[in-house]
Amino acid sequence: MRRRRSGRVVAGVAGGLADHLGAPVFWVRAVFALLTAISGVGIAAYALLWMFVQQQPVTEAEPVTDRREWQQAVGLAALGLGIAVFTGLLANTASAWITGPIAVALVGAAVVWREADEAQRRRWTDGALSRGRAGIVRAVAGALLVGVGIAAFLLNNISFDVLPGALVAVVATLIGVAVLTVPLWMRLVRDLGEERTKRIRTEERAEIAAHLHDSVLQTLALIQKQAESSREVKRLARSQERELRSWLYGREVGEQPQTISLAIAQACAEVEDDFAIAVPQVVVGDCELEDGLFALVQAAREAMVNAAKHAGVSEVSVYAEVEPEKVTVFVRDRGKGFDPDAVPEDRHGLSGSIRGRMDRHGGEVRLRTALGEGTEVQLEMPRKTEART
Amino acid sequence: MSVRVFLVDDHALFRAGVRAELDSITDEVEVVGEAGSVGEAVAGINHHKPDVVLLDVHMPDGGGAEVLRQIRASKQEVVFLALSVSDAAEDVINVIRAGARGYVTKTISSQELVKAVVRVSEGDAVFSPRLAGFVLDAFADRPGAAPISDPELDLLTPRERDVLRLLARGYAYKEIASELFISVKTVETHVSSVLRKTQLSNRYELSRWATDRRLV
Repeated sequence: MRRRRSGRVVAGVAGGLADHLGAPVFWVRAVFALLTAISGVGIAAYALLWMFVQQQPVTEAEPVTDRREWQQAVGLAALGLGIAVFTGLLANTASAWITGPIAVALVGAAVVWREADEAQRRRWTDGALSRGRAGIVRAVAGALLVGVGIAAFLLNNISFDVLPGALVAVVATLIGVAVLTVPLWMRLVRDLGEERTKRIRTEERAEIAAHLHDSVLQTLALIQKQAESSREVKRLARSQERELRSWLYGREVGEQPQTISLAIAQACAEVEDDFAIAVPQVVVGDCELEDGLFALVQAAREAMVNAAKHAGVSEVSVYAEVEPEKVTVFVRDRGKGFDPDAVPEDRHGLSGSIRGRMDRHGGEVRLRTALGEGTEVQLEMPRKTEART
Repeated sequence: MSVRVFLVDDHALFRAGVRAELDSITDEVEVVGEAGSVGEAVAGINHHKPDVVLLDVHMPDGGGAEVLRQIRASKQEVVFLALSVSDAAEDVINVIRAGARGYVTKTISSQELVKAVVRVSEGDAVFSPRLAGFVLDAFADRPGAAPISDPELDLLTPRERDVLRLLARGYAYKEIASELFISVKTVETHVSSVLRKTQLSNRYELSRWATDRRLV
């Protein structure tokens, strides 16, 4: 909710409330008048809303108040106050000697608060704190009214015999000052809040800038230096991309991976960096990394290395699927392919580090390859624990 | 007749690159216009009436999804292929559910991009391996998954799963067809059906999954 800036009579509280509730402003004002008639609750409510609700920010167009509406509003306010005084007199609970000075003090406070609203508006429009002479005159006049009201109230209602005069005077002055400086306090509190959000934003910005400087800008500088070697440029760009993504999406880097998806991502990243090829990976599902699965990832990494070394391709794709009872990994390239029977016995890549690893943990290896048709290594490892949801 | 393509991306440099690539390598596609913002895109698409819009996911003022919404509201006959640097599950699933016929990443090769454009222009769907992986994951039956209210939309058939797995493994449609002993046309039908399910399924899992799993 925001207090209205245009079409206001006192402080735009009724208008703002009407906008907030989607009701006609006339009815809102009528309710305030009625509440005022009942022992002045309306005035208190209005004052509280005035204090705690901010004005609408300044917009370009500020339509002038409709004259008829203005008269209506003043009429309603007068009616409310009139009934309040009248009922007060009838009930004889309040004499004119009490209500009179309080009313004077309230009018004074209203003048000062309204002036504070004006000052805020000017600050928004001009960005300046200057008040202008008329503003000062109004503020001083308001303060005087408050002072006179409180003084009159005291003189008429308190007998100085009972209480020490000095104490009464001090308390009265304090009340007056408190009432008058309400807009100032409110502004201080708000400015403090704004200041804090601004500071947080600046800190975040600084952190982002620092990170981009350490990572992206450094890499870009390196890329410019290495511009002749397209292989090196690709490698740098790829590893920087990976690093930036994991930072943006909040994935941990550099730690011992705890889940299979992170372990596979790390293995792919290492192969990308070591062999300057792209290793896009797709992982469906995820689970904790247990012994067998660790071996599975190691075997998959070995398969990637083989592809990177022998297939003569710039891309090796990896697909892993976690199912409740097993994990399957496919490492595929579209490169040269080979004849498995023609591999010499002393080449241990496939037999030792892949098959051996998988066999020890009860896994299976299948190989699909033919000369000129690329290679696909399929690795399957049974799981011990239940699937993570 | 060549496929008329409209480019939407807030990076002028990227638009110029794609335009140059598409114009130089083939006559199959023709770039008829481009736009750098949501407003320009909507106006341009309404004016040029292209066959395919190559749509960037991340743009100011609501991004690609907003363009999709506004164009779909105007009942235009045009298909969208999302093209993005982002591989975040959230983005991928959201733009597909907003109505895109496919999703490819900006690192795609020019030849692959042309193939993808032609494919969506013929009414088929284009799934990058990663998108296939996301969909498989989102439709996975895991313990504690949301109940299925509409089996027609909320479950993948075993065959669709097979096709998606092969897509995720980086197989081309022709390779999938020979692997599963079916025709390429049948592969296309399965993929389109998966796309429809991804777009229409109300399974709670799907949207929650996408936001939960901020994969890269």
